[in-house]
Amino acid sequence: MASIRIEGLEKTYPGGVKAVKGIDLEVADGEFVVLVGPSGCGKSTLLRMVAGLETISAGALHIGERRVNELEPAQRDIAMVFQNYALYPHMTVFDNLAYGLKNRGFKRDEIRRRVEAAATMLEIEAFLPRKPRQLSGGQRQRVAMGRALVREPAAFLFDEPLSNLDAKLRVQMRVEIKKLQRRLKTTSLYVTHDQLEAMTLADRLVVLNDGRIEQVGTPMEIYARPASLFVATFIGSPAMNLIPLDYLHTNGGGDTATALLHDLPEGTDIVGIRPDDLHMRAPSEPHLVVESTLELFEAAGAESHLYVCLAGSDQPTVIRTAGQPPVAEGETLRFYVTRDALHPFNRESGKRIGDHG
Amino acid sequence: MQTKRMTFPGRWLPYALLAPQVIVTLIFFIWPSLQALYMSLLREDAFGLNTSFVGLANFRRLFADTYYLDSLSVTAVFAIGTTLLSMSAALLLATTVNRMLRSRNGYTTLLVWPYAIAPAIAGVLWWFIFNPSIGIVPYVLEMLGYRWNHRTSGTDAMALVIIAAAWKQIAYNFLFFLAGLQSIPQSLIEAAAIDGAGPVKRFWTIVFPLLTPTTFFLMVVNVVYAMFDTFGVIHATTQGGPAQATNILVYKVYADGFVGLNLGSSAAQSVILMAIVVALTVVQFRFIERRVNY
Ligand SMILES: Nc1ncnc2c1ncn2[C@@H]1O[C@H](COP(=O)(O)OP(=O)(O)OP(=O)(O)O)[C@@H](O)[C@H]1O
Ligand SMILES: [Mg+2]
Repeated sequence: MASIRIEGLEKTYPGGVKAVKGIDLEVADGEFVVLVGPSGCGKSTLLRMVAGLETISAGALHIGERRVNELEPAQRDIAMVFQNYALYPHMTVFDNLAYGLKNRGFKRDEIRRRVEAAATMLEIEAFLPRKPRQLSGGQRQRVAMGRALVREPAAFLFDEPLSNLDAKLRVQMRVEIKKLQRRLKTTSLYVTHDQLEAMTLADRLVVLNDGRIEQVGTPMEIYARPASLFVATFIGSPAMNLIPLDYLHTNGGGDTATALLHDLPEGTDIVGIRPDDLHMRAPSEPHLVVESTLELFEAAGAESHLYVCLAGSDQPTVIRTAGQPPVAEGETLRFYVTRDALHPFNRESGKRIGDHG
Repeated sequence: MQTKRMTFPGRWLPYALLAPQVIVTLIFFIWPSLQALYMSLLREDAFGLNTSFVGLANFRRLFADTYYLDSLSVTAVFAIGTTLLSMSAALLLATTVNRMLRSRNGYTTLLVWPYAIAPAIAGVLWWFIFNPSIGIVPYVLEMLGYRWNHRTSGTDAMALVIIAAAWKQIAYNFLFFLAGLQSIPQSLIEAAAIDGAGPVKRFWTIVFPLLTPTTFFLMVVNVVYAMFDTFGVIHATTQGGPAQATNILVYKVYADGFVGLNLGSSAAQSVILMAIVVALTVVQFRFIERRVNY
């Protein structure tokens, strides 16, 4: 068990690509931290630097009390689960799990005991004599997990471990990984570009963009108060609607609209509204009213998505609502928004403007 | 099951298109093979005036002939030596080149060039390098206290032909090994590194086992090469000598047939060679292709 301390970490690939541009992050002992961000933002690079698979261009990396910048991957006491599982195809599942222990000079009895314990925990005992190619994707995933945990490392590193699984299995494995981590209390750093996976797994979420940290916080903090336009649109599905403040000033209806909009902090010129915060019925609190034309209605079982065009503009906007409201495409709809639901941003800086909400 | 099919008018076109390949095969492979098979059953007298049918006598005499049996073991040593040397050198080069990032293509191109050199020319090259009076290698060995002379020492001669034959094949093996290495996912190596295996251990426990299909394939190809495709190398360097020390089967076919003019025996030897090729091909397709997958 150990914490991971990342200080000013940078990575410049040979050829001059700067993939990681100065990251500071502390992962506490036993914490589950998820790195999330769009493709190419440097998530894998950061994780691989922690693992020791990429050299560190600048900055310091501590695992536990040790500075590990120059240590080989094997000496860092970490285990990694790869996206393609990276199981040794010519070895049985047993040997796959035992390989790391053998290399570290464990006794045969101890190896057997540990491999069997891990196999039981992951329910893969039946597959121990098989080769990886005789397993399904989900089973391989479990073996990869098993290989990581038999060694009882100080930290687990995951690089998109679920992205090769189908949707259903992905949810199932996600839950299992979370349970397993809760039980073992091993410090974990997990990379994904799937924001749902990120939200559900993380104790703490790190949103990366273009080699830098955009925001760090618990998933709910980040969801409730995205620190930038980038985070606002990246976290949450469907994405947050961004509406120019000017539009609301001219077109926002309702008795309290003016007061409500003036309450927004100085410098706000763009307002973010989550698709769930546009209500079809007027709430009792002070609110804003927007008119729109329904362009597309999408029923998704328990919820529906309404793709509308705000009146007097070509601003596309999404609304998420429970159940299936009786609406028809082409119909004019009114939506009500309360002050709490308005996220103030500045277009120039791309940042959230400090507010009390 | 319906596949899209191109149709041509007339029945002669397919035959005409196939004809060149069929004719070449018939004239250069099938016909000589049949002739050899036929001749192996005949015996000509010393002046080529009289030919008689002798059945399997040529074969019987071959297996009673100590020279022939020696040649068999010489061939075995030569084939195994050449295969081992060319494959291990190629594997070493391929693993080294595989680590490079930028200069990889340049090295690959350079390393492939020897393959384009005719065996006879390669042989002459080695003849010069190893020439006991003017060659560079004997000169260096002399300084190290070894007196090299492949004209008198059978061991030296064998070493020379093995090196000369292996050298050319390295390029071919190298390409296959490099392709094999590149098809091993990098993440496997990384996983092994995290699992605490150093570079040498990674090579022997992960990389080498994963190369088995390539290794087996190349083994057969190299044995076939060493046994049948090295006439030029032998001819340009040792000509089977000294004292038959490098007289491998293919060379003996030539020496007995064209120099010794014992056509019946020579034909019988080529029939045996053909049988060996067939056997190796069967091994290749039947055994290896199926057995070596993990
Ligand atoms: N070996 C390399 N050499 C040069 N540039 C690289 C190398 N590996 C990655 N990069 C670059 O570094 C940047 C970050 O790559 P990285 O693999 O960390 O992205 P990622 O966030 O993991 O993306 P994804 O979600 O697609 O896996 C990208 O612009 C990529 O092109
Ligand atoms: Mg990645």
